[in-house]
Amino acid sequence: MKVTLKVWRQKGPGTPGEFKTYPTPDLNPNMSFLEMLDVVNDDLTAKGEEPIAFAHDCREGICGTCSLVINGKPHGPHRSVATCQTYMRSFRDGDVIVVEPFRAKPFPVIKDLVTDRTAFDRIMAAGGFISVRTGSAPDANSIPVSKECADRAMDAAACIGCGACVAACKNASAMLFVSAKVSQFSLLPQGQPERYRRVLAMVGTMDEEGFGNCTVTGSCEAVCPKGISLDFITRMNREYLSAMLHAAVGRETAGKDGGAG
Amino acid sequence: MKLESKVPGGPLEHKWTKHLGDIKLVNPSNKRKYEIIVVGGGLAGASAAASLAELGYRVKCIVYHDTARRAHSVAAQGGINAAKNYQNDGDSVFRLFYDTIKGGDYRAREANVYRLAQVSVKIIDQCVAQGVPFAREYGGLLANRSFGGAQVSRTFYARGQTGQQLLLGAYSALIRMVGAGAVQMLTHEEMMDVVVIGGHAKGVICRNLITGEISRHVGDAVVLATGGYGNVFNLSTYGRLSNATAIWRAYKRGACFANPCFTQIHPTCIPVSGDYQSKLTLMSESLRNDGRIWVPKKAEDRLKRPGDIPEDARDYYLERMYPAYGNLAPRDISSRAAKKVCDEGRGVGESGLGVYLDFSDAIRRLGESAVRERYGNLFDIYKEITDEDAYRNPMRIFPAVHYTMGGLWVDYNLMSSIPGLFVLGEANFSDHGANRLGASALMQGLADGYFVIPFTIGDYLAGVKPGTRPKAEAPEFEQAETAVRHTVQRLLSSKGRQPVSHFHKRLGKILWDCCGMARNAGHLKKGLQEIPALREEFWSNVQVPGDGGTLNQSLERAHRVADFLELGELMCRDALERDESCGCHFREEHVDAEGECDRNDEQYAHVAAWEYAGEGKPPILNKEPLQYEFVKMVKRNYK
Repeated sequence: MKVTLKVWRQKGPGTPGEFKTYPTPDLNPNMSFLEMLDVVNDDLTAKGEEPIAFAHDCREGICGTCSLVINGKPHGPHRSVATCQTYMRSFRDGDVIVVEPFRAKPFPVIKDLVTDRTAFDRIMAAGGFISVRTGSAPDANSIPVSKECADRAMDAAACIGCGACVAACKNASAMLFVSAKVSQFSLLPQGQPERYRRVLAMVGTMDEEGFGNCTVTGSCEAVCPKGISLDFITRMNREYLSAMLHAAVGRETAGKDGGAG
Repeated sequence: MKLESKVPGGPLEHKWTKHLGDIKLVNPSNKRKYEIIVVGGGLAGASAAASLAELGYRVKCIVYHDTARRAHSVAAQGGINAAKNYQNDGDSVFRLFYDTIKGGDYRAREANVYRLAQVSVKIIDQCVAQGVPFAREYGGLLANRSFGGAQVSRTFYARGQTGQQLLLGAYSALIRMVGAGAVQMLTHEEMMDVVVIGGHAKGVICRNLITGEISRHVGDAVVLATGGYGNVFNLSTYGRLSNATAIWRAYKRGACFANPCFTQIHPTCIPVSGDYQSKLTLMSESLRNDGRIWVPKKAEDRLKRPGDIPEDARDYYLERMYPAYGNLAPRDISSRAAKKVCDEGRGVGESGLGVYLDFSDAIRRLGESAVRERYGNLFDIYKEITDEDAYRNPMRIFPAVHYTMGGLWVDYNLMSSIPGLFVLGEANFSDHGANRLGASALMQGLADGYFVIPFTIGDYLAGVKPGTRPKAEAPEFEQAETAVRHTVQRLLSSKGRQPVSHFHKRLGKILWDCCGMARNAGHLKKGLQEIPALREEFWSNVQVPGDGGTLNQSLERAHRVADFLELGELMCRDALERDESCGCHFREEHVDAEGECDRNDEQYAHVAAWEYAGEGKPPILNKEPLQYEFVKMVKRNYK
């Protein structure tokens, strides 16, 4: 099979980009989408042209590096599948395929199809952790966790941090990403001590980084390669509200300096 | 070079505790005066950087990804071993130690492996406290499953994404320290050289992958946690970016490279489908808990639909050959058995390079929903890649390069032969001998990072006077930076005609044929001629488009492949020198009457640590003898 690619080419962050058209060599339908780009790139190299830059690494849908918008949809045509696990058999011979980077203001383009998603790490640094010093943990079985909670926490923890949720959202909201982390910890007993502090800090940083508000259109869930549920956003909203109430009540009862709450 | 393992004396079970009492400490107010450079942010790197920063050291963590959470530890599927004995099935620290030593075919250091088993229990505690959502039973306690090479259930897991969850745990510890200002995180930076001053590692040179800027980083000690080198084969289960550059450059600065030929070929991967293929995908070993491996008894049945082959015409060859362990035989043995049945013409699928992994028994026994709960994501991955439904038909699998037991030589303190240069995780050689057991890589990465380096690095730093760090203007930094600039220029100005991928594919083919699942002197000698020739061709005929001042993925890969072209030669040299069969290293000249490895403990019970001797000169072989005080070296038997 052969297809025609319309690919976003952009030299760097400050420079304007444009779509360029590339006919592909003969392809095997069992190639992955990224393997197709490898072949196109080797072809471009042979012609002395600069290959198309695209982000990738594990190529098995777990590292969250790959990040293409294929025909207008982050990660391409299939539900719950990352770009790297999209295969050419999903397209037809002769198709024209439009390939763009994730587009969102907090994810500036570095080059061609590669964007800078380090804003996610800054949100994580604000509170995406349980403060546990190495070596200080009690025996792993000393705190039982119900299977339901552990499974639900795992559903949230499956997030690969790719940013497709942001790219799909008309508001460039990062709520699905942040809510997955907040929910994972709020579902587990180990996450309770920092529960309120965490959600306030992460949501605050999310806003500072320029991500938009959530208007619950659900496009994030629809493109998420790990099928992270919109329910986690509901859970985070509840966490956030509790945290605000807690903070307000805490101030009244404990005084400004904290006190023994 | 004299290699001192620095293994403490005394009984095996007291060595580590005794060592902890004997080694020097750095007082808290002095810790902040030391700067430690950690290269790599996977399980070993992130856990080390976080733990060292918690202790009060100043830490700089350098990764080539955009974030540490993408390191390839993320892709480990099945689980992590620990001697918790929560199942009451007879597990113990000694048993985990013994299984690991035996699994490695008696080519690992006893004391290191015992320590690994000892600290394994603390790793699980640490991860649970971090919020890692391990699988649990209905009573709320942790669940376990079995892995190859063990007769107890000691593997903890988080669905088929254990590596991801453990990495996110380590990453959360790291990012907490980044937020606290205790770790300076540098992303998109590739380490290009180690700087050695006065015989001690004092820093690194990096290249920024986005701007091309070359920078100098000075430290009191350098920790490499940069992973394995399996991508030397081109096709492997590694991430495409995984590379050997950091450890290879360290080797060329004087760090010995131990057992480079010890590479793990994992038995259960999705078979190759075409020459365009860029990577191979693992199907977790945990599948062997419930899946049964078979091929048709007769070669003429191999293209029949599996459902049309009756039970009595199937050969469940692992169950037949290794009845005690069956489908859970260790990886090297299972891979070789798959190769054997395919060599006999009984391999399935178009290429004939495949065997069946069949779940129909498990589905009958447990029901489809139970199988889905245990392995659902793996079945999904299989479907995405092959477009086949493994609930209805058996999976087709074949061995693929997966891990490297070899790596930079380290002593008991995880310090390489360059003082001040420490090596953790897959990048070192220390714990797995000639074959690694499943679910032990995650254990080792986290053991090194959380529970070994925080203590042992202090012993070294206590001997370094605070505030004596060299300046970045030192001539050694200048010289190293100039050399990096020169290589970048040389690659960019090469006016060849072939893309980098062309050379990588050819190197991979040579290595797979001569230094893969089966090796012999003839093929290895041929490889030793072909690789230098290919390397020469690379430098005269590679084409690297673009410039050095922006993101240039061709240039990145060219550096990595240039190093692979040197490392591949060392692997063949090591495989040729080790004239015995052990673990993954199967020399066709040394096979016993039953077709198994014929080990030669008299001549080869040693670590082969290769020392760089300079451009164009053959490397020097140093041997660290392996003395077994507590375990008797016997023939590995899984029958």
